[in-house]
Amino acid sequence: MPGNNRKPSLQMLRENFADLHPPFDDVAAREAASRCLYCFDAPCTRACPTHIDIPGFIRQILHRDTVGAARTILNFNIFGGSCARVCPTAVLCEGACVENTHLKSAVPIGLLQRYACDTAHETSMGFFKPGAPTGKRVAVVGAGPAGLTCAHELRKCGHDVVVFEARNTGGGLNTLGIAAYKITTDFALTEVERIRRMGIDLRFKQPIDGARLAKLLGEYNAVFLAVGLGRTAPLGVPGEDLDGVWESLDFIFQTHEKPLSKCKVGRNVVVIGGGNTAIDAANVAVRLGAEHVTVAYRRDRASMPAFRHEYELAVSSGVEFCWLSRPVRIIGRSGKVTGMRMQRVKLDGSGRTASFRAVPDSAFTLPCDMVVKALGQQPLDDLLAAVPKLKLTKNNRVIIDPATGATSAPGLFAGGDCQKDAYEEVVNAVESGKIAARGIHQYLSDS
Amino acid sequence: MSKHPRPANRNGEIDLSIDFCGVSAPNPFWLASGPPTNSEYQVRRAFEAGWGGVVWKTLNHDPIVNVSSRYGAIDYDGQKVVGLNNIELITDRSLEDNLREIRNIKRDFPKHAVFVSLMVESKRETWHDIVKRTEDAGADGLELNFGCPHGMSERGMGSAVGQVPEYTRMITEWVKEAAHTPVMVKLTPNVTDIAAIGRAAVEGGADAISLINTINSIMGVDLDTLNPRPHVHGLGSHGGYCGPAVKPVALHMVSQIASDPKIRVPISGIGGIQAWPDAVEHMLLGATSVQVCTAVMHYGFRIVDGFIAGMTQWMRDKGFASCKDFVGASVNRIRSWSELDLNYKVVANIDQDRCINCGVCYIACEDGCHQSIKREQVPEREFAKRHKDDGRTFVSGTRQYTHGAGNGYVNVYTVNEDTCVGCNMCSLVCPVDQCITMKEVDTGRPVMSWEQYQKLLAAGKVEPIQPPQHA
Repeated sequence: MPGNNRKPSLQMLRENFADLHPPFDDVAAREAASRCLYCFDAPCTRACPTHIDIPGFIRQILHRDTVGAARTILNFNIFGGSCARVCPTAVLCEGACVENTHLKSAVPIGLLQRYACDTAHETSMGFFKPGAPTGKRVAVVGAGPAGLTCAHELRKCGHDVVVFEARNTGGGLNTLGIAAYKITTDFALTEVERIRRMGIDLRFKQPIDGARLAKLLGEYNAVFLAVGLGRTAPLGVPGEDLDGVWESLDFIFQTHEKPLSKCKVGRNVVVIGGGNTAIDAANVAVRLGAEHVTVAYRRDRASMPAFRHEYELAVSSGVEFCWLSRPVRIIGRSGKVTGMRMQRVKLDGSGRTASFRAVPDSAFTLPCDMVVKALGQQPLDDLLAAVPKLKLTKNNRVIIDPATGATSAPGLFAGGDCQKDAYEEVVNAVESGKIAARGIHQYLSDS
Repeated sequence: MSKHPRPANRNGEIDLSIDFCGVSAPNPFWLASGPPTNSEYQVRRAFEAGWGGVVWKTLNHDPIVNVSSRYGAIDYDGQKVVGLNNIELITDRSLEDNLREIRNIKRDFPKHAVFVSLMVESKRETWHDIVKRTEDAGADGLELNFGCPHGMSERGMGSAVGQVPEYTRMITEWVKEAAHTPVMVKLTPNVTDIAAIGRAAVEGGADAISLINTINSIMGVDLDTLNPRPHVHGLGSHGGYCGPAVKPVALHMVSQIASDPKIRVPISGIGGIQAWPDAVEHMLLGATSVQVCTAVMHYGFRIVDGFIAGMTQWMRDKGFASCKDFVGASVNRIRSWSELDLNYKVVANIDQDRCINCGVCYIACEDGCHQSIKREQVPEREFAKRHKDDGRTFVSGTRQYTHGAGNGYVNVYTVNEDTCVGCNMCSLVCPVDQCITMKEVDTGRPVMSWEQYQKLLAAGKVEPIQPPQHA
């Protein structure tokens, strides 16, 4: 191995991880804002899981009330600055924008939202005030977007909130789990800080197991479970313990947890999976300096769940795709990965329900020194199983009332990725936090 | 109203030249008296660029003193200078310099029209003197500035004259006593009856009328400093408003002058002319020449190319060979409200293939007009089926998405023709070209104006028209 010779320079790493779309300045923002038609019952607002009044805030930008625009956004979505960066706007607000039909190009809502939130950032730290104390106490388990949003909304209502977080930092996957070229750690943490300033007791390094959860249910008037998911699913093939095999989230975490120049990346990287996290991991690998990055996916391109815009970014970044291939085993030498043994498959049927059939004598090897597993996360089975009367789906997702976030266990509410109907986006987690906060507030008012 | 019926003049010669009360010009596009016609340097550049004539910035015996700053503008949602105002006065250069430069220009551009704007104190001899000196310099004609609303009016000149018919008539008479070239009187819009002033000018002997001068205005207030815009060391003063936003006011006044039976003199139209369509509109409503200022202050003399090319093509399409074929063609179509047909009916129609489902028409109708647009929440899947293959849907990942959809539905808007009063508003706010059109509905009833209606009603020959029931 040529060793350090292939390492990209610090300058190059910085450029690789710079903003995909540079932020607007005042003039560009107003120019873009002037394109908004101010739709009635606006599709963008309906398509936004948190239902931000998008035409409203864009009009505020147009008329130079940028602080007001930020207030509008954050009032609907306290992670507005993060969502402006990490939302798949192409399939949400901007995908719904009628300007796609009119001028074949959506109003750049994400960039406008970012402009408002960034411009008003200092002021926005003091936008919201806690409500008059109610004397009720709520425990929130998990300081990700769902948990913190719920905590924030509950503080607005005057309830005391303690947030228990297993990690040593807040924001969950919004802070750590999204490729650093989309959102910087520092920015993600400022949005956590805005929430903390509402008077939330945010406790780090507090992993909650079944026993503690049962205790919390006794000590607090209500508990909101927003623990997300656990480890990445294993490939189930020999060689997963080799040095150089990574879980996708761990691989992405490092771009937030250490300087880019210290992040580990292989020279030849194979990513297994076809979701947005797989694509994120591939994009990160390229940007960290990998020479060859291959995404291997067992289905075809049409069945790949990753968004088209993410896929296109990967392709334009030089990522290669290996369709209809599934892992057989990871090859290693002296405990280190040297290759990914794959096998071609055929699909019987079409779409997501198609079954796989191995193509005889089709095995091949992708030489690599790093394998990133991105098959999706598994639920925290042990924790969930420990809660009495908690109804779960067959694959251990928490069943909730979608209108209130209430679980089958009295006083226990849930939201975010651990629940049955979760979408993986930050903005969905925020909305489920809002819904649960309303449900909890109602529950506390009734009891 | 149906399209103008003349056959297109596809390959015929188009003659843009005009005769304006005896003064000829290669085209009707002139520069109004103002900052662009301040000097020989500018007028030379203007004529070289292609302008057909100028009205030289207003002369006086003694140069005035100007302030800094002078102009203010209105921007609208990103569009710059939809309205402009100024507190600049008439020429601040010496009469001798101006006259020498006018002489130079006429020597080098004998075929272009050079009118010279004049404004002096209201003394007969003073007017006689400046008229004589201006004509000696070679001016083709004179324009009397009875319109400037700011600064000079406080000294008894400009609009102080143009707002009083008697003064207008008297000073026009004085000028006519001395003038050998055509005298054009420039009117101020800051009056209640523009035709009364126009008639006074004609009674005084005016050979032509130009209008409108600028409109009294305060442009705005700076929300940081609370200073007016523009301001001079913290203070402002009312100034003259012009630019695209004033065109409708100008067109109304031009048509009033053009249709007045007691005013039968050529008109030079001014106000909001940014491009050739504005110029043509002024001409259709009676202007023989048009004068431009704000657009040139914004974009420079070069814009005249578009005026010439655009109007030439329009004339070709419409079958006009020269300007006089269409000057005033629409004057007769401006009538008193009481002459309009009460039985004429149009209703809005929304083209669902073009509609982008923004709902701007709906809320305009619902809140501001006549509650005649229906909103239907069509399930996204059903909508996508209706719009197969027209680019409304796209696939990302394993899901299909629909532009205009959210929460599982698309708003589809249709017009309730039974209650639509044909007000036009929806078609005006619709962002899509040709999406909402107003279509004529045959009511089966004969033409009946309000005047006729009153007579028929009195004679018991028609039933009273019932008020709309849906409101």
